[in-house]
Amino acid sequence: MTLTETRPTKAPRFGRSSRRSATLVVGCVLAGLIALLALVSLVWLPYATDDTSGGRLTGPGGGHLLGTDKLGRDLFTQLMTGSRIAFEAGLGSVAVAAALGITLGVLAAFAQGWLDDTLSAFLDILIAFPTLLLAMLIVAARSATLGSAVLAIGLAQSAVVARLVRVLVKRVLTQDYITAARTSGTSWPRTVLGHVLPNIWPTLVVNLALQFGLAVLAEAGLSYLGLGAPPPNASWGRMLQEAQATFTTAPAGALAPGVLLVLLVIGVNLIADGLRETLDPATRRRRA
Amino acid sequence: MTLLDVRGLTVRTADGRTLVDDLSLTVDSGERLGLIGESGSGKSLTTLAILGLLPDGMTATGSVDLAGTQIVGATEKRLAAVRGRDAAVVFQEPLTALDPLMRVGRQIAEPLARRTCLKGAALREAVRGALTQVRLPEPERIARAFPHEISGGQRQRVALAMALACAPRLLIADEPTTALDVSVQAEMLDLIDSLVRERKMSVLFVSHDLAVVARVTDRALVMKDGRAVEEGAVHDLVRLPREEYTKALVASARRLESALDLRSAR
Ligand SMILES: Nc1ncnc2c1ncn2[C@@H]1O[C@H](COP(=O)(O)OP(=O)(O)OP(=O)(O)O)[C@@H](O)[C@H]1O
Ligand SMILES: [Mg+2]
Repeated sequence: MTLTETRPTKAPRFGRSSRRSATLVVGCVLAGLIALLALVSLVWLPYATDDTSGGRLTGPGGGHLLGTDKLGRDLFTQLMTGSRIAFEAGLGSVAVAAALGITLGVLAAFAQGWLDDTLSAFLDILIAFPTLLLAMLIVAARSATLGSAVLAIGLAQSAVVARLVRVLVKRVLTQDYITAARTSGTSWPRTVLGHVLPNIWPTLVVNLALQFGLAVLAEAGLSYLGLGAPPPNASWGRMLQEAQATFTTAPAGALAPGVLLVLLVIGVNLIADGLRETLDPATRRRRA
Repeated sequence: MTLLDVRGLTVRTADGRTLVDDLSLTVDSGERLGLIGESGSGKSLTTLAILGLLPDGMTATGSVDLAGTQIVGATEKRLAAVRGRDAAVVFQEPLTALDPLMRVGRQIAEPLARRTCLKGAALREAVRGALTQVRLPEPERIARAFPHEISGGQRQRVALAMALACAPRLLIADEPTTALDVSVQAEMLDLIDSLVRERKMSVLFVSHDLAVVARVTDRALVMKDGRAVEEGAVHDLVRLPREEYTKALVASARRLESALDLRSAR
């Protein structure tokens, strides 16, 4: 009797929390393995990035785990430097997007009248502006480097982040605890740092995690088009592009970066989902 | 000496609706004034206007003189100096008035640190003192708790402690007991009564309940649809209400007489 009574109340709670942690764990394992590749690539690589001594398109085995590409370079080596570039692109873009987006978003939330209209219109235009075109403009102004790609992606994403931050801040500002803080004489800067940002943080972190995944994809797209990191550092996007002509005879060159790209993006999205569950004050309060 | 002098206060929305209409009231140093009116009569907006905290798009006209500072039209900088020091508020909703992601102790420490310049252990001790003052059990645990981890009555005491931490000359209590059940309500009223008496603070006590106001204040102003309809000693209002609206309020309060005895009120 007691068993049947406790089961319905306990089972769903157990199920929910274990699913939540499973999402986070799987996401962290996927992204963590690729992060490990990226970290190791900083201190050790199987071959030099410009070592073409292995013979062309050898296929897996024989001293080359995944074989070589059409110039004779080791594929696994390229995969490792590609992981590093993927993380640099993701973290760099998100850093640019967060710094710019949060600043603009908070300003837009406080802006009144014409300034509010102007900022909103500016953000809308920036969101509608194709990232590709932005990247081409930046590459034309600077050069085709990872930095240019990161700048383009980060700029484009900062508009998305800013618009989100604007809405979140506006919502928090109507809350009683903000008025309560203000009635005790707390200044605006202190209110924003002490009460507003912490309260939008859970939603913001989840969004930034999603932006990380999108930035990795965008960088792969840009370097596929030759607008990303220059040789000899292979990024996954350029590996895909270089391997595409020989895909039918030597599929490993395209499959390997493709699979890692998908795994990293899935991993990051799972982390975002897991964070949403654990950080969201609403679910946190419901659990309490 | 007059601490709060409101004259002809009018609050309008951006689309031209008048929510508070030509309201005048005064609160002297050490005096307690009740503000009574049904839901939606503009009580909360009046309290917000007194601190220059009206929601976006609303405008106040008239005059609000708080301890010598003209609030209507004042700059944000001037207002920040006045808020807390000259007047502090306990809000209607105990849950939403506390930051859900900040520990209770830190929320009390904030105004306390600003006023007293205490730091570290001395500040923690002061926070403990503030929590003990509002008769909260286990002040250490409550200081470490998040708002959702304590009860509604405890939250309202925390909100009171936050307001008192500013040591304001005027305490504005906006229906501080509406969300609480009757027995907790009575305790809370007694607590406000004694703490305010110790500190010789002035009080503006807002409620839709005449019986509740009668427990804390001696004078009251009755509001209806944003206008003042009647003002006087609570005693007289209860015995000889002149306006129809006040009569209705008294009648409904009498119906609740078993819960709160009006005749024994001051
Ligand atoms: N932010 C707002 N925007 C537009 N109208 C508002 C806003 N806040 C309040 N009002 C309106 O102003 C009027 C007075 O509101 P107020 O909150 O002052 O009422 P109240 O007397 O405090 O009522 P209650 O006892 O329910 O708290 C109401 O008609 C309400 O709809
Ligand atoms: Mg109200």
